[in-house]
Amino acid sequence: MSIFKETRNLLGGLGITLRHMLAKPVTIQYPEEKRTLPSRFRARIVLTRDPDGDERCVACYLCSAACPVDCISMQSGERPNGRRYAEWFRINFSRCIFCGLCAEACPTLAIQMTPDYEFCKRDIREMIYEKEDLLIDGCGKDDSYNFYRHAGIGVTQPRGEGLEETRPVDARSLMP
Amino acid sequence: MTADPVDIALFAAKLGAVFFAVLTLAAYLVFAERRILAWIQDRKGPNRVGPFGLLQPLADVIKLLTKEDLVPAAADRWLFYLAPAMAAIPALLIFSVIPFGAPLTIAGHTLPLLIADLNVGLLFFLALSSIAVYGVAIGGWASNSKYSLLGGIRGLAQLISYELSMGLALVPVVMMSRSFSMTDIVTAQQSMPFIVYQPLAFIIFLISITAECRRIPFDLPEAEGELVAGFHTEYSGMRFGLFFVGEYINIIVLGGLAATFFLGGWHGPLLPPVIWFSIKTLAFAFLMIWLRGTLPRLRYDQLMHLGWKILTPLALFNILVTAWLLFLTS
Ligand code: SF4
Ligand code: SF4
Repeated sequence: MSIFKETRNLLGGLGITLRHMLAKPVTIQYPEEKRTLPSRFRARIVLTRDPDGDERCVACYLCSAACPVDCISMQSGERPNGRRYAEWFRINFSRCIFCGLCAEACPTLAIQMTPDYEFCKRDIREMIYEKEDLLIDGCGKDDSYNFYRHAGIGVTQPRGEGLEETRPVDARSLMP
Repeated sequence: MTADPVDIALFAAKLGAVFFAVLTLAAYLVFAERRILAWIQDRKGPNRVGPFGLLQPLADVIKLLTKEDLVPAAADRWLFYLAPAMAAIPALLIFSVIPFGAPLTIAGHTLPLLIADLNVGLLFFLALSSIAVYGVAIGGWASNSKYSLLGGIRGLAQLISYELSMGLALVPVVMMSRSFSMTDIVTAQQSMPFIVYQPLAFIIFLISITAECRRIPFDLPEAEGELVAGFHTEYSGMRFGLFFVGEYINIIVLGGLAATFFLGGWHGPLLPPVIWFSIKTLAFAFLMIWLRGTLPRLRYDQLMHLGWKILTPLALFNILVTAWLLFLTS
């Protein structure tokens, strides 16, 4: 009869909730206990340097274009040797949604995300980070990548000297 | 009764103590509910204010009192002000007829541990519990908002359906104790609580009072999934607080009634009577919270179906059987 079945279901449900009531809560008491976050956690953004210690960012504006909330702005500049850099670089963290699209878009691995999520400020203007605040003294997640070893022809190395490149072939000579 | 000053002082002390106890208990019931629901959901619940979060009710009250008291522009102002009180006060009044302990003797004066020993206590309760729904209905009407109005209408319809089965479930109790007075009903259960003779009536009563306090699975007047918050959608601050506390006072009061009618009131072995009464009442409150953590909300037609087509006929049938058995044994 259905009434017995229903009653059994009801009591079964009550049993389950009772079991959970007595089980240990899974809550992490935040300010006192903290989780170890995975290294790919998306929080405060940094600008990294390449293994030589030079800035990675080539001010290509890709991160700024990719950002859905338009919180990255910069001005590009060029050094005498042709290497591009950002004259200024600004991230407005009060708008950032930590989607990680900027880091995704960056061809030089300059812009990266760190697991540091506790950086609220009393004054919203302090959430605007300038290049000095963003730039760190390290490579971040990839400590061997150097964009100019692979591309940026003619800036740091002559044509054909890049890592995956072969020397240019002289088309006029028929030698192999 | 001549007005002996000692009697008056004792009465005033009793009144103050009951008022204080019920209100404090209601506030802590809110806290207990939040903690227990949290445990059911594998969380910890509020544990920051004071040791184990025990000062949380105080923080809640301060918060509610300092909130802005909004009245919607289109609302019927006076009814809007009146409704929360109409929800909370009848619940408090019902407690005045519940005997919560055996009569005490202090300095030659007997002190019955209930506020008013009415000889129609049970009818008084039924009348007041019907008045309590005016708070919901008027609150829903006065807010002049569609959600509130729908919530108020649901509250009324639900109450009419469940009042009936609740009243009918109490008839066997009256038949067995041959009295409407709460004290007599408790005294009649000295040897054996009525739940033993009347398990069916007890279950009907339990379901009906769950609907009466508008708790899950019968919380259709506020059904947050459909009606935002139902009849108290437009309320803020302490007016909302009154509705809210009223609900918990209701739980305590109805728990006390369940204890009085079916569980033998203050009777119990070993422990003092007041303790026994509290245990029974709080067990009911715990059951309410436990059910809330377990069951989903009924659909409206299911609610009506359960009330009119199942509980009411069952209660009538139960009355017939009880009458027949009483006739045979007498
Ligand atoms: S994480 Fe997203 S929102 Fe934040 S700066 Fe990068 S692209 Fe913009
Ligand atoms: S951070 Fe990366 S994507 Fe953004 S401008 Fe610099 S190089 Fe381009």
